[in-house]
Amino acid sequence: MYRVKVYVTLKPSLLDAQGKVVKGAAVNLGYDEVENVRIGKFIELSINENTKDVNTAVEELCSKLLANTVIENYKYEIEKE
Amino acid sequence: MKFGVVIFPGSNCDQDSFFCIKDVIKEQVDYIWHQDTDVKGYDCIILPGGFSYGDYLRTGAVARFSPVMQSIIDYAKDGGHLIGICNGFQILCEAHLLPGVLTANDKLKFICKYVNLKVENDTSDWTNLYKKGDVLNIPVAHHSGNFFAETDVIKELEDNNQILFKYCDAFGNVTEEANINGSVNNIAGIINKAGNVAGMMPHPERAVEDLLCSTDGINVFKSLVERMN
Amino acid sequence: MEKEIKNTTPIAPDVYQPMGLNDEEYSKIVEMLGRHPTYTEVGMFAVMWSEHCGYKYSRPILKYFKKYKEAIEGEGLENAGIIDIGDGLGICMKMESHNHPSAVEPFQGAATGVGGILRDIFTMGARPIANLNSLRFGNLDDAHNRYLFEHVVEGISHYGNCVGVPTIAGEVYFDDSYSGNPLLNAMAIGILKTDEVATAGANGVGNPVMIVGSATGKDGIHGATFASVELGPDSESKRPNVQMGDPFQEKLLIEATLEALKTGYITGIQDMGAAGITCSTTEMSAKGNTGMSVNIRKTPLREADLTPYEIMLSESQERMLAVVEKGHEDEVAAVFKKWGLQAVVIGEVTADEIVRIYDNDELVACVKGKDLADNAPTYYLDTKEPDYISKVQNYDLSKLPEPNDYNKVFLKLIGDISIASKEWVYDQYDHMVQTNTTILPGSDCAMLRVRETTKGIAVTTDCNSRYVYLNPYKGAKIAVAEAARNISCSGATPMGVTDCLNFGNPEKPEAFWQFEQAVKGLAEECEAFNSPVVSGNVSFYNETPEGTIYPTPTIGMMGLLDDVDKRMTSEFKAKGDKIALISGVSKDANDYDALDGSEYIKAEFDLAVGNTPHYDTKEELNVQACIRELIDKRLIKSAHDLSEGGLAIALAECCINGKLGATFNIDTERPVSNTLFNEAQSRILISYDDRNVGEIKNICNKYSIDFISDGQVSSDEKVSISVNNKAVIDADLNEITDLYKNTIGKIMKY
Repeated sequence: MYRVKVYVTLKPSLLDAQGKVVKGAAVNLGYDEVENVRIGKFIELSINENTKDVNTAVEELCSKLLANTVIENYKYEIEKE
Repeated sequence: MKFGVVIFPGSNCDQDSFFCIKDVIKEQVDYIWHQDTDVKGYDCIILPGGFSYGDYLRTGAVARFSPVMQSIIDYAKDGGHLIGICNGFQILCEAHLLPGVLTANDKLKFICKYVNLKVENDTSDWTNLYKKGDVLNIPVAHHSGNFFAETDVIKELEDNNQILFKYCDAFGNVTEEANINGSVNNIAGIINKAGNVAGMMPHPERAVEDLLCSTDGINVFKSLVERMN
Repeated sequence: MEKEIKNTTPIAPDVYQPMGLNDEEYSKIVEMLGRHPTYTEVGMFAVMWSEHCGYKYSRPILKYFKKYKEAIEGEGLENAGIIDIGDGLGICMKMESHNHPSAVEPFQGAATGVGGILRDIFTMGARPIANLNSLRFGNLDDAHNRYLFEHVVEGISHYGNCVGVPTIAGEVYFDDSYSGNPLLNAMAIGILKTDEVATAGANGVGNPVMIVGSATGKDGIHGATFASVELGPDSESKRPNVQMGDPFQEKLLIEATLEALKTGYITGIQDMGAAGITCSTTEMSAKGNTGMSVNIRKTPLREADLTPYEIMLSESQERMLAVVEKGHEDEVAAVFKKWGLQAVVIGEVTADEIVRIYDNDELVACVKGKDLADNAPTYYLDTKEPDYISKVQNYDLSKLPEPNDYNKVFLKLIGDISIASKEWVYDQYDHMVQTNTTILPGSDCAMLRVRETTKGIAVTTDCNSRYVYLNPYKGAKIAVAEAARNISCSGATPMGVTDCLNFGNPEKPEAFWQFEQAVKGLAEECEAFNSPVVSGNVSFYNETPEGTIYPTPTIGMMGLLDDVDKRMTSEFKAKGDKIALISGVSKDANDYDALDGSEYIKAEFDLAVGNTPHYDTKEELNVQACIRELIDKRLIKSAHDLSEGGLAIALAECCINGKLGATFNIDTERPVSNTLFNEAQSRILISYDDRNVGEIKNICNKYSIDFISDGQVSSDEKVSISVNNKAVIDADLNEITDLYKNTIGKIMKY
């Protein structure tokens, strides 16, 4: 089994409204040292070993479905168990 | 004319669009199930509002891969008329039939209310019965209506007259204050370059009867009917 | 397979007591079964005999409600909840509390509250057409209250919007008695053909029993028992009790259920709410005078290792139990499959009125359905008038000083969070989906058109709980009267009521006294308005270590307007229109302008004192009949009832919502504060074209209604009120509009 960890993040140039709110909340809690918060998605996939080319499959899944490349970047880690 | 209204699991404005066409526009209309693949014979397909597949990954992201969408993509490429309203607009962007993307409203809250829209294009198949500069009163109801595209894409939309509506104040001024959701340049609705595919966040089908407090949305549908006849 | 359970051993008190059963109740179970219960059975009894499911404390009091009494003594509650609106159509409605879940996890608590009440509606075969909700929080200067408020609203918004049912009306009040114990009363309305009502009985011996919808997990185990204890400091740690909602699944369930019912093969169906499979199997058996044999291991599970106890008590959301005509399981399952949902046969209906629960071959519970569903012990609790009652009622309000600047008081009230516009809330709710909403939120009530008829349905929720606190009997009457007045101001006639009765710990005689008094007042008034209580819900134990909430019997009311084109709204329509106050209040009453219980006394002096404001049933019926006739004859342009903040606030609201100014003068010999801010009931502010004044006066005379007219709508952006022609309030329309519309939003930093 391949365990795949996918991280989807908003492109750095874009305003992250959620992150802004969370940063405000952190500062309200007294953590003035928090300078920036960016919120993204963490997705775990389990892919069976019969797959021919796990790298291509994951790459396609990310670009087609898991992230919208107009606004999001993605990266992933593939581990074999 | 024959309209088709697509039902995705989680669509919830499908009936509203259906009744709008049947009872107000008085044209022929059918539902299209999301697993159907045959969309021949329609003069216009409506992708209605709602929360297709719960909108769980990103709005419209899963619907874009449903069986019916593959046929609809071909239909649109052949010049078929297609309009996405609210969730439908989000699906069209995810399917790359329209440029850009709709992200969460800048204030991160769902917004349901009547807003003012300025007509930017009065020649398209969807807006030719309006006059440029008209201020329309049409409701919005969305959590992710914040239209974003890169600067060069926006410039192209502006240059090609592809922007149908912008959020404005009661007097037609396109102001920062009137921008309810943070959309680039207050964009509320656009068309593709060919003009056969339209997407808008506001709900014209909710403003088609005096009983519903406004009739300003009716001409979105009538413009097309007029043009097609 | 085994048919009976034998050789059980006694369950220890330290096992059944934490589940909510006392020793006496345990003995009663042993007596009913003729043996000791199994662990699973004890759990089932505990949850079904909790107040939340079994109404063991409230049952004797609920008999004040005529329909309820008839129903439990006769045919059963089924179908009692449907209001016939003609044209072969019926309206069903219900309101339910989700207070405790919302206190510990506001987003999911509120969301699942909406989901649960919707399932009650569509399992009757009705399409849900509206959500309403009544919300109460502590004051917003407290950060935790703001957190609860924000996330409860977001939970409702998330769930209601996604399922595509418009949230069209409701109310939000703030008072410190709700600090830490917020109220979320969710109401839903559905429409159905009166000859297509689905039943909840397990009918037809041999028919298969199917579980439909989501898989079962560990969520919400003992949620119903949780609702039946007071909130304490450790309530937050009870979070695992809160269920998680999936509105997308619910939307599919609505469509699939309504489509499956159309097949005609479903002979009985029930939602799985509190107490999950336990509740649905035993109640459906009890209603059908049948039994059931069920293998719960066939239930689709989210985690494979669930014990029978957990499966029986899980409150996983978006599930239902259906009994299907034998031989047609596949057709029914196919409909659910089309919508991407599971429908699995888990058992069958049996003849002997016994519910047998198997875990594969092992019989884990064998109980009589009626023992759990109908034979919960009934307690007759003591009542005692609380000490505070005589203190607050005898408070001498005449000693309070008269303000020196009425304008200042007026602005303070406009910006009072309980009076200020709730736009910040309802803008987050999709109130237009289904395209039937013809009176939008912000008027006295909302209205939906009924497609393919000329009719309109008016709906509202109401309860001024401060009045109920000061005088539970009369306060409850006023709650009904005000709801009815809101309906009448739209032109519609009140038709029916659903209620949600939120009170403190019933085992305390003072709280139970409040409950009994309020129910009595409510029942009497519903009869007076010819609006039977068709459904309802009781929520006790609304207490925190800091105290008890105000007794809050929330009223949800529905009315019918035959010609929806005649609907009336509250805002002023055009400059030059005349303004009049029409009043049913008899000037002979010595309390006709008393400030008792008013928002003014609360805002200005921080006091909740006095009795209730003036109220008389006869006067109220008259003024409502009068306003309906004025609307029916198209003689007036707006109608807005006077409530919190009295005449001054009513006039301001008509101006703000109409974006027009107004002047109004009133002649009186009484103190100005009483005139401006008293909350005497049975009064309505109207505007009209002067041409109609003669006819309006005639109709008012006919109903013995005072017609007090000395004002008009203007375009000069000023709201001015004078008393004896001396200006007492003179405010800028833009300033009060900003205060009214933006106060809550600014507090919530939105």
